[in-house]
Amino acid sequence: MPTNPLTWMIFLPLLGAAVILCLPRDNHSLVKWTALAFTIPALLLAIAIYQGFDRTTAQMQYVTKIPWIPSFNIEYFVGIDGLSVTMVLLTALIAPICVLASWEIDKAPKAYFALFLVLIAAMMGVFCALDFFLFFVFWEVMLLPMYFLIGIWGGPRREYAAIKFFLYTMVGSVLMLIAMLALYFHNDPHTFDLLKLAEARSTYSSTFQSLAWLALFVGFAIKIPAFPFHTWLPDAHVEAPTAISVILAGVLLKMGTYGILRVNFPILPEGTLRYAFWLLAALGTWNIVYGALCAMAQKDLKKLIAYSSISHMGYVMFGMASLTAEGIDGAVLQMFNHGTVTAMLFLLVGVIYDRAHHRNIDGFGGLASIMPVYTAWVALAFFAAMGLPGLSAFISEVLVLLGGWRNYPGLTAVAASAVVLTAGYMLWAMQRVYLGKPNEKYLSLPDINRREIATLVPLGIIVIVLGVYPHAILDLIDTSLQHLNGTVLAAGKAAGAVASAASGVAAH
Amino acid sequence: MGAAMAAPTHLGNLSSLGWLLPEILLGLAVVAIFLLDLVVEEKERLGDVALGVMAIAIVLITRLLWAGDRSLFENSVVVDGFGLYFKLLVGLAAFGAIWMSLGSREVRRTNQGEYWGILLASALGMMFMGSATNLLMAYLSLEFVSLTSYVLAGYKQGSRRAGEASLKYLIYGGVASGAMIYGMSWIYGLAGSLDFHAIHDALAGSPSGASLALFVALLLTLAGLGYKVAAFPFHAWAPDVYEGAPIPISGFLAVGSKAAGFALLIRFFFTALAHDGGAGAYQLVGGVSWDQLMLALSVLTMTFGNLAALNQQSNLKRLLAYSSIAHAGYVLMGLVVLTTDGLRAMLFYLAVYYVMNLGAFLVVMLVANSTGREDLDGFRGLAWRGGAWPAAAMAVFLFSLTGLPPLAGFVGKFYLFAAVVERKMYFLALAGVVNSVLSLFYYAKVVRTMFLEQPTGGEGAVTVDVHNGILLGVLVAATLVLGVAWSPLMDFADRSARFFLG
Repeated sequence: MPTNPLTWMIFLPLLGAAVILCLPRDNHSLVKWTALAFTIPALLLAIAIYQGFDRTTAQMQYVTKIPWIPSFNIEYFVGIDGLSVTMVLLTALIAPICVLASWEIDKAPKAYFALFLVLIAAMMGVFCALDFFLFFVFWEVMLLPMYFLIGIWGGPRREYAAIKFFLYTMVGSVLMLIAMLALYFHNDPHTFDLLKLAEARSTYSSTFQSLAWLALFVGFAIKIPAFPFHTWLPDAHVEAPTAISVILAGVLLKMGTYGILRVNFPILPEGTLRYAFWLLAALGTWNIVYGALCAMAQKDLKKLIAYSSISHMGYVMFGMASLTAEGIDGAVLQMFNHGTVTAMLFLLVGVIYDRAHHRNIDGFGGLASIMPVYTAWVALAFFAAMGLPGLSAFISEVLVLLGGWRNYPGLTAVAASAVVLTAGYMLWAMQRVYLGKPNEKYLSLPDINRREIATLVPLGIIVIVLGVYPHAILDLIDTSLQHLNGTVLAAGKAAGAVASAASGVAAH
Repeated sequence: MGAAMAAPTHLGNLSSLGWLLPEILLGLAVVAIFLLDLVVEEKERLGDVALGVMAIAIVLITRLLWAGDRSLFENSVVVDGFGLYFKLLVGLAAFGAIWMSLGSREVRRTNQGEYWGILLASALGMMFMGSATNLLMAYLSLEFVSLTSYVLAGYKQGSRRAGEASLKYLIYGGVASGAMIYGMSWIYGLAGSLDFHAIHDALAGSPSGASLALFVALLLTLAGLGYKVAAFPFHAWAPDVYEGAPIPISGFLAVGSKAAGFALLIRFFFTALAHDGGAGAYQLVGGVSWDQLMLALSVLTMTFGNLAALNQQSNLKRLLAYSSIAHAGYVLMGLVVLTTDGLRAMLFYLAVYYVMNLGAFLVVMLVANSTGREDLDGFRGLAWRGGAWPAAAMAVFLFSLTGLPPLAGFVGKFYLFAAVVERKMYFLALAGVVNSVLSLFYYAKVVRTMFLEQPTGGEGAVTVDVHNGILLGVLVAATLVLGVAWSPLMDFADRSARFFLG
């Protein structure tokens, strides 16, 4: 029996998928309870990891290393540090919530939950893998269930959305494959071990760093999604069923920024310094502003939130680009916070869509008086997304902007002003949907039910707690991230690139 | 390694026979089936005989794996790891094709005994293609395979498409083999021998003044070989033939004939026109950069195959034909790099290609068995009208052909790309991955039709009988298992990626 909790967290959902496939076709509730039963243990393990995680070291923890394909030096190598632990926690938390949010699925639930569990396993694998090959396999495995989950259980334009998602991601991942192989053959003995690849960072030539960095970046940027690779996201979100939207925004997008921090930063620091301004900071800022402006123009509530995700992920890029202690902490905290807040938003949209069967912002009005409890939750989530002080996202955005100010004061001013835009589209949507005169068509809508509240409570608690006590997460990530940041800066100094990077920054 | 052994490694005619048991068995079985055809009423029994014979032949081939390398019949053919790998592959392809034929409605309807005999004969020829070390032997075996394939491709009685397929195959084949034998005669003129090793020695020893002549000769020879593996621009027969032939035969041509063609191609180019310069890197002889030729061929083949497949809207067999052209292009990447790593990647790829492509043809056959349709519309909503398992299997095969983990096709492509990146040929790698993305389009279109579209009611139910279900299960399992635990096959391919040079 494997003793590493990470191994359990990866493979238990896979086992669950296999079990579900063996269940009788007609017993829907058995399928759902089984799915729940196979996601709860991971949550409990995640809590145990949160308790037991050593916050004072930047070393990998919970490490397991087993040869997989010895002749090619491929290993089953998993472990987590401060960067990945937050993502593992997030995934473990979102999974059972999404099972609950999928409770009403009645079209082929066996296939739905089996695919869902495969998806969870793949995402968990991505965040735990420390062997690049393993990382890549999990990264790709995630594609297939996602394709089917959107394509079969999605909305009217689901086929288009599913294939678009698939193609975009695949374009990115094949570039990643080439970069991965180039790194593998560059090292002697050849290795996919991400830690060893990082140790050899000084041996990569300048051109090699640039090209490999760009190839990897495109792969990750598509996932974030960074402009101009973002167009798959609104389509995928609008068509995906609620729980899949939650997964998509809550966890999947983070794989992009996680990948940059896990692969690009430590392995190719020189490339990171070279492109930090244009491709992370400037593009991130553009993401923030562009996403917010697009969100403002939307008529579909879900699309609005999809664009808000693009905007919020821009803060993550901006924060990591600053290469400062606050900025990088803020970026990872923002990844976690965005995961919880956006999950709430999509769950809440799902609630109203289940009742009214549309999401047209102008088609409602005055829901606050019809569904008061629901509206209270909406208010919490919307305010959190806006970055209201006292709620979690405020802290991470402030940290990002503080860090950014040091190196990119101009861009920081732009990014900070975009907060106004965010408040604008959020409040405007809130006003149109929830305030004002109740729409007579919807007077009989039932308020939010207990199952739906159950999905929101844990997220709500986290949003409030992290708003007043961000150290619950910051303590977890800080050591590893400062080490990572130091690595990048030190490599830059060694290569003499820091001067040129700094002058580049100053020139802008 | 042969020289170190005490027993003679170059055998004369009579002493060679003992090393040729699988082929002799197949030859006798062909004759026996033709004779039995005169007395047996129910021709399917002959299929059972063919299946049994093929199984025994596979066992006999396996036994030879540990027997050491030999050169037979005064250096006409060899028994070496490389040849045996392809003999096994061809044997398994024939076994799969016979198994499929026994479960195929198209084939059953004709009720003809010689079908089984010709199928075995074709496999026999393919085995010789994998072991020939002499241009004459190579040409004879290739022609033997072609002639039997023409007959098999036109096997559906009363079908105009089958007749067209057979005729097109014949005409293209005639032209290609004519060009090839003309090219071989040039090579004979340049090297003074038909023997691969003698050609190599002659070319290595001569000044490279005749390189233009050699270049022309190679181009002409490639016409014949490229035609067998369905590489651009010698591919044009494939879509029509795959469409017209009975489905098991389409599958057999796609996996068996292609593998045999590659076997001959690899052995000729790597033993007659190059040698191992140490550390698994091959060096060219004769002053012709045929690796550049292969590079162009590879990129053109995969790009053309994929673009044509994108354009292919209706017939599944035509789609798979274009896809098989594209895959020939991927496999050729392993040739371009001129390394043992590239070779073993090709060997590995052809094995996993056998599994996933035969599987795809099998699902097409299952649908055709139940509904008589081979077009994309016949697959609409397959998952929602009782065909959930064949649809899921098809999805596995198609995504494996795309090259997605954790499926076997990904591993195959991974090793091909790895061999290319190892030589820092990033342009070729990029061409390969861009093509993989292109291919996703048309493979996913089939998956979409099966899963994302609802049946309109007129498609008919699809059922899987036990006989076909077994093969389907085995192929799906192999596609999945080879996607996560491919070490044994890779080690075998690695061991086999070496030639017996005597």
